[in-house]
Amino acid sequence: MSDAHQPSDLSAAEKEHPVSVPHDAEHFHAHVKLYLGVGAALLLGTVVTVIVTQIHFGSEAMNIAVGLLVAAIKASLVILFFMHMKEEKGSIYQFMIPTTIIVAGLFLICALALVDHIKF
Amino acid sequence: MEIPYTVKPRPDTGLWNAKIGIWLFLASEVMLFGGLFSAYVFLRFGAVPGTWPHGLLNIPVGTLNTAILIASSVSVVFAWAALKMRNFRRYQVFMGLTILCGAIFLGIKLGYEWPAKFHHFGAYINDDALYKYEAYLGNEFLAEEGEGRRRTEITGTFPTHEDHEAWENPEAKEFRLRLDAVNAEPTNPDNYLPHIFPRPQSDKVVTIQKEDVRWGSFFVPRHSSYFAVYYTITGLHGIHVLAGLIVFGYFMLPVSKRLYERDPEHMANRIEVVGLFWHFVDLVWIFAFPIFYLF
Repeated sequence: MSDAHQPSDLSAAEKEHPVSVPHDAEHFHAHVKLYLGVGAALLLGTVVTVIVTQIHFGSEAMNIAVGLLVAAIKASLVILFFMHMKEEKGSIYQFMIPTTIIVAGLFLICALALVDHIKF
Repeated sequence: MEIPYTVKPRPDTGLWNAKIGIWLFLASEVMLFGGLFSAYVFLRFGAVPGTWPHGLLNIPVGTLNTAILIASSVSVVFAWAALKMRNFRRYQVFMGLTILCGAIFLGIKLGYEWPAKFHHFGAYINDDALYKYEAYLGNEFLAEEGEGRRRTEITGTFPTHEDHEAWENPEAKEFRLRLDAVNAEPTNPDNYLPHIFPRPQSDKVVTIQKEDVRWGSFFVPRHSSYFAVYYTITGLHGIHVLAGLIVFGYFMLPVSKRLYERDPEHMANRIEVVGLFWHFVDLVWIFAFPIFYLF
């Protein structure tokens, strides 16, 4: 049994290629442009992270906050567009959201080192 | 027997099985890297204030590697889209490009970046001897600046093999080090912000008394918490890149062509799944790059 899409009449693309073309091939042409745009945004984000290190935002912590903000934006682009999280089904969110919360908790526990500092 | 739900969604999850599978795996990967990244947070917050190393890595090379990984993420998604558009030739081109990018990334990391660190040496000076090396540490200047930073380490390379031997030999009392720019001119005000283009090593060679050295090491994991966590995270990330390359390589074999001819949608789904893994590897690097190279 094959799940492949089998349209009844042959399109031009199908005559060229022996396998079936899904109806939404157009849809993927549009997506390719989007992926190029996301890739360009990620490259721009990388350049921005490097350049902002040359600006003094008042303290080291502020510089790190700015850098992490850019990294978070880049990460969101990858997750939403490259990993298709934008169009993904709820079943994935059911376990990815708890995972994210647990990881956030892990960071929080480690950040407690700020409160109980090792003294020399 | 046909494996069920390779293409058609399974009614209870609403997704074909491999997609649920890879996402469950990625959830475990989030925990794995989350543990290591939170260890970085812990080590950094727990470090003696003002002593976390800065500017020890080559930023242009790191930036180049970041760009290469982003390019490979774009090309793997193009390879998948090519299969969706039923163009196998195009798929092969983009998959080949992805493999090329991954291999260049790994080559730069293991062939250039890591080895460049292995002959670089750092000597942490005892607190009661810091004044002797003030000319190379510039702590009075840093205190005036009020940045809360101080320098206790002198870094550079051994000018001769004898100096390396002197360091290793318990009988020897002193050794020499050719200084890095930061120790050659410790009061240069632009030491504060990271140098995008690394400054060349100075010609200044100084003698260091071994009794003044609290801890000295090449830039290997034992050098400091910084390098320990750097090698751990970038090493594990490198293993992931290698794993991705192996799977990509498998999908370039004739077996993929046969699967594509039998069931193109199944083949496209395979590439979507390995692509999801690859994007995750890119995601890890998006955070690893700034925390080790820039902050």
